Parts: sequence; C-alpha cells; structure tokens
Amino acid sequence: MSTEVRPSIALNCPLPKLDFDVITMGHGSGGLLTHRLLESGVFNVLKNELLDQQHDGAIFHLEGKTAFTTDSYVISPLFFPGGNIGELAVNGSVNDLAMCGAIPQYLSLSFILEEGLPMTDFWDILLSIRQASERAGVKIVTGDTKVVEKGKGDGVFINTSGVGMIHPQANVHVNNIQAGDQIIVSGYVATHGVAVMSKRKGLEFETSIQSDTRAVNHMVKELLDQLGEDVRFLRDPTRGGVATVLNEIAQQRKLGITLKQTSIPIEEQVEGACELLGLDPIYVANEGIFIAVVPADKAEEALRILHLHEFGKQAAVIGEVVEDHPGKVVMLSRISGKRVVSMLTGEQLPRIC
Amino acid sequence: MKYLSEYRDEEITQGYLQALRKEVTRPWTIMEICGGQTHSLVKNGILDMLPPGITMVHGPGCPVCVTPLSIIDEAIALAERPEVILCSFGDMLRVPGSSRSLLEAKARGADVCIVYSPLEAVQLAATNPDREVIFFAVGFETTAPANALSVVQAHKQNISNYSILASHVLVPPAMEAILSDPENKIDAFLAAGHVCTIMGMDEYDPIVEKYKVPIVVTGFEPVDLLQGIYMAVMQLEKGVAKLENQYARVVHRDGNKLAREAIGEVFDISDRTWRGIGEIPKSGYEVKDDYRKFNARLKFQLEKMVVKENEDCISGAIMKGLKKPFQCPNFGTKCKPEHPLGAPMVSSEGACAAYYQYAGMKEEVL
Repeated sequence: MSTEVRPSIALNCPLPKLDFDVITMGHGSGGLLTHRLLESGVFNVLKNELLDQQHDGAIFHLEGKTAFTTDSYVISPLFFPGGNIGELAVNGSVNDLAMCGAIPQYLSLSFILEEGLPMTDFWDILLSIRQASERAGVKIVTGDTKVVEKGKGDGVFINTSGVGMIHPQANVHVNNIQAGDQIIVSGYVATHGVAVMSKRKGLEFETSIQSDTRAVNHMVKELLDQLGEDVRFLRDPTRGGVATVLNEIAQQRKLGITLKQTSIPIEEQVEGACELLGLDPIYVANEGIFIAVVPADKAEEALRILHLHEFGKQAAVIGEVVEDHPGKVVMLSRISGKRVVSMLTGEQLPRIC
Repeated sequence: MKYLSEYRDEEITQGYLQALRKEVTRPWTIMEICGGQTHSLVKNGILDMLPPGITMVHGPGCPVCVTPLSIIDEAIALAERPEVILCSFGDMLRVPGSSRSLLEAKARGADVCIVYSPLEAVQLAATNPDREVIFFAVGFETTAPANALSVVQAHKQNISNYSILASHVLVPPAMEAILSDPENKIDAFLAAGHVCTIMGMDEYDPIVEKYKVPIVVTGFEPVDLLQGIYMAVMQLEKGVAKLENQYARVVHRDGNKLAREAIGEVFDISDRTWRGIGEIPKSGYEVKDDYRKFNARLKFQLEKMVVKENEDCISGAIMKGLKKPFQCPNFGTKCKPEHPLGAPMVSSEGACAAYYQYAGMKEEVL
C-alpha cells in the first residue's frame, strides 16, 4: 500500500504549463521566470484579498491582544506518509499560535528552493499548503521565494510566521499551573516522528503508519470557549516529544510532575516500531497533538470536549502536577516501578543491539 | 503488544517480587552482564522494588562503553581522511575520543554516516566506488555475525573499497576477568540473553565449574529479569552453582549455528583492550588474514595509538561492578550526557546513562 498521496492527484489539480519542469536559478532571479512562477503558481493557488494586493507586505487591522510566531521547516524527506513539508509548515505555525491561546488568522510563507527541485514537487507542496490553510481557517497574506544553487539546500526549506488574536477567555501561561492540576494529551503520541523515520534513508521499513500532522486550533478553540481560564497551559510536543515539554513545565514552574506510563495513548504499531528502533516514544516528535494542563475538577469536562472532536478521540489524562520532586518528571512504569524522565540530550540515536 | 506485554505484566512481576522477599535470607550481589538489562532494570524501576538484601551491580556488557579510547581515536582519524566515508551505529557517535567525538568530527566536515546494518555500508561502497567506505564494527558476539557477513558479501561482490575497523569484544573472558579480580564481590551472574542467542550456553559451563558461581541466561523484559534474579537467588540460597536458562524462548543450548559459522569464517579470536579494564587475553575478534584486505587497520596502515584514558572517569570500576554511578564524584557534575568524561554516560546501554536518565541525579528524588 502506498502511503504517500500526492495532493495534485488527490485534489485533481494538475500542474499548470510552466517553462521548465524543474526549479532553476532563474526562478529566484526576480525577473520573468519568478514572475511567471508566482503568478501562475503561488498567487493563483493561495488567492485571497490580502495576498492579491501584491504589496511588499500585507496590510490589515488587528485588534486586541495578539500572538505572533515564526518557525522554519527543513524536514527530510519532503514527502512522508500522511503529509509533506507544505502542510507541516502551515500546521506548525497555526498550532504554535493556538498554544498561545490565540485564534490563528494570517500567515507569511517563505520558500528557499534548491535548484533542480521537480516542479511537480513544488506544485504538490503548494497545493497542500492551500488545503492546510483552508482547513485551519487561516490566510497566507505575504511571502517570498528564493532559489539556491544545487547542493546548497535540501529540496525545499519553508519559513512561516503567523499572527492571531488571543481568544477573549484565554489566559494560557505556565505560571498558572498549580499542584493537583491534570495533564492531558490530545491524541496518540509519537505517530509523526515514527512515520517520518520509517521513510528516512537507510531506515525504510514497511509500515502503514501515517503522520498525524494537522492543525489543532479548532479543537483548542472549543476547549477555550467552554473552559476559558481553566485551560491553564497549552503546548504542542513537537521536537523532544512529550517528555521534553513536561520537563520544561516542571523546571519553569518549580513543581513536580508524575506520569503514568500505561495512560499514555500510543498506537500499537508505533509502539512496536519504537521497540525495534530503540526509541522512547515520549521523546519522539509529534505534529498533531497538544498537551493541556487543567484543574483536577475540569479534567473530565476537558476530555469530554476533546473526545467529541475527530482528532481528540484518544485524548487522555496522562499525569498530574505535584508538590513533590520539584523540577522533575517521574513516571510510574507499567509494573509500578518509578523512574525519572529527564530532558533529552541531543538527538535520540539508534542503538547498536 | 503480543509477546511483549506478557513480559511486562504487573501481576507477574509482583508475584516474583513477593517470592523473592520470601526466599532471601541474607544479602546477595548479582551482576547483570548486559547494558540492555541494566537499562531495563532502571527504566522499569525494578532496582527500587527488589528486597533490600539483593544488590544488582552492572556489568561490562555495553559495547560502546568498553571500546577503548585508542580505537575511537582510530575511527576519528580514519573519518577525517577525505576519501573516507565512516559508517557507524548511532550510539558510537557521541562517545568522547581523546580530543573529540565522531559527532564533533562530523560537524567539522568528516563524512560520518549512521547506518542500521553493516550491509548498508557495503551498499554504500558499491554505489560510491571513488570513496573508501569503512564500517566501525563495534559490539559483542551479537553484532559480529552481521559484521562478518558484510565482509563476506563485499568479498563475493568484489567490492574493494569496503573495510571494517573491528572492535569486537567477547563476554566470557570479561566474566573471568571480573571473577579473578581480588576485589570481586559478585555472587551470581545474569548472562546476556542476546549474546547466548548467537553463541549458545556451552562457554559458560567452565566458568560455573571453575568459580562455583551461578549463571542464569536472562532476557530483557521486567518479567525476564525478575525471573532470572529469582532463579539465581534460589541457587544461592540452596548453596548450588548451575548454569540455567531463563530465556529459553529465544536461547538454545547450542545457539545459532549459521551465525557462529559466519563469525568463524571472517574473525579470529584476539587479545583486546577494554576501556577502563585493560587488556584481556583472547577477549575479542580481529579480521582473519584471509580477509586482510577488508581490515581497515591494515589497509590504512594504522599505527597503534597510545592514549591516556581520562583519570576522572571511573568507568572501569563501574563496569567491573565495584562502584555504582552515584558513587562517582563527577556523576552529574563534571560528567553529563552533553559533556561526558567516559562512554558509560553517553551510550544507550551505559550504566551511568541509565542512572542519569531514569534515576535522576540523586537517589533521593525517587
């Protein structure tokens, strides 16, 4: 089974006729080729009233407290089971805004393309950017395209920045976390990281694991609509995984965290892949889930809200904030033994045996 | 997960813990040989659940940890040659050499490539005929068959730009070295299940016989480890010393014949220096003369490097089970995974890394 669905096929949207079938240095020159690429490619696909102004920047009104974020995307491979770098770049910045308690509104989009990139790859990435931004309800309002010589990039690098107004009821801050609060994870852990790894050069293994890359802003908005300030803290456990986020909380807030290994939701085949590769799933990167900290008496309600959402069916309470062992995360193992969950040092490297 | 969850069952582990509490009448010190077992003990919190009479000490069975500084330096020197692509398993990369690690050499421009199998390195050699591909063949008897196979494959395919830097070590001679140490306090061993999967159990009979020490071939999951400990304690309490097999679902008495043949085809038994322990006679594998053109040491005429191990690192005492990581004055202060003094702090099977990662920096945290 092929797990990679090209957006151009899925959306029945073929590549328009362009002069070249690969990206050339000329596409970044600012001249005619750039113009054609932008006109028939970027502007046409991502069309909206702000982008259509084609200023040097987007001009719009923002009212009230605003969140502003930026992130760069250098994932390899560009296309992985369940997604590609384009939708990742949209979802990532949308999710970062949502984690601030904001309603994501506008994104910027900058490409650094490597000479020789197949035009079809660029087109597919662009289409999935459109699809992801439509799903998240955000507009791409300004951007940039540069081309670097072959060998000086890795196909495509993308930077997105985003702005969004803070939800009127939101007050998301690590200092709001209290001992006794419950830690909720909104879905299966480690899925994205393992899906990407399954296609890494030299590590290809047969699996149907798909990345869960997605925007979680709608789910977060429902939580904030109904629980308001009781959503004390939000964070998406991307690089470094769940363990890293919880360590950051424990260290910043100078409180302890206890985790229960058996409560952490994980897909069976993801868990199996982690066993084989010698990876600890709580350190593996995620893209489609978030961690929420809520007071104990609101945990059930938060789970009820999340379970109603299509991406929140596996949401679960995985741990608790405690007064004991400040700054440390302690996990109750499957056999009820205790271990400290420390910060990840460097990259998780596959072991010898 | 089928065939795993059964061995992580809380009820069964509690059963063994209760039985142990009942049986233990005096203090016993048991060494688990393999670093994978050490990590499982610490990661699952088993050390703190055992009855106070049982002390687990952690053996030398971490291939990364026992690789001497001189061989790491050899690997780095090879990697820094412009024509070389040095392939290695991932967890060798962070191990400190005398001046830097392979990871730092990579950052400075050396072509260091993480592979998951030595056959990938052979493939890399085939597709890069203008480069010299060297596989850093580290490991115990477990990784030796695949490494041997890579040499056989390269030979069959006439791939002349492939060679291996062998740093293989063997378990039984290390056990003998530990048992002959006058400071040795070990009452029983849990032998490494994976090593015995390849080599079988026969090599351990003479050790049991000579040193009158119980040896239980043991697996890696919580139930395996507790059952292994229980079997060892039962022998100790009864005053007998036998070779037993807890890991019978994987380990057969005569091991894996094909794998052993592959080893015998390519490797000779040789003396080997162990980091922190010193030279142990007949404790490693070196590439046979018949396959000398695949021996990176000969191919690149490496001279034996004389380097000084870091005196602040007590890895030798740790791997001989004489000291625990917490007893090292530099543990968690001068020596951390991000700037290690020795390999046990960075290897995924190192005892110091296990204590640092899972047990926190101080015992009282738990």
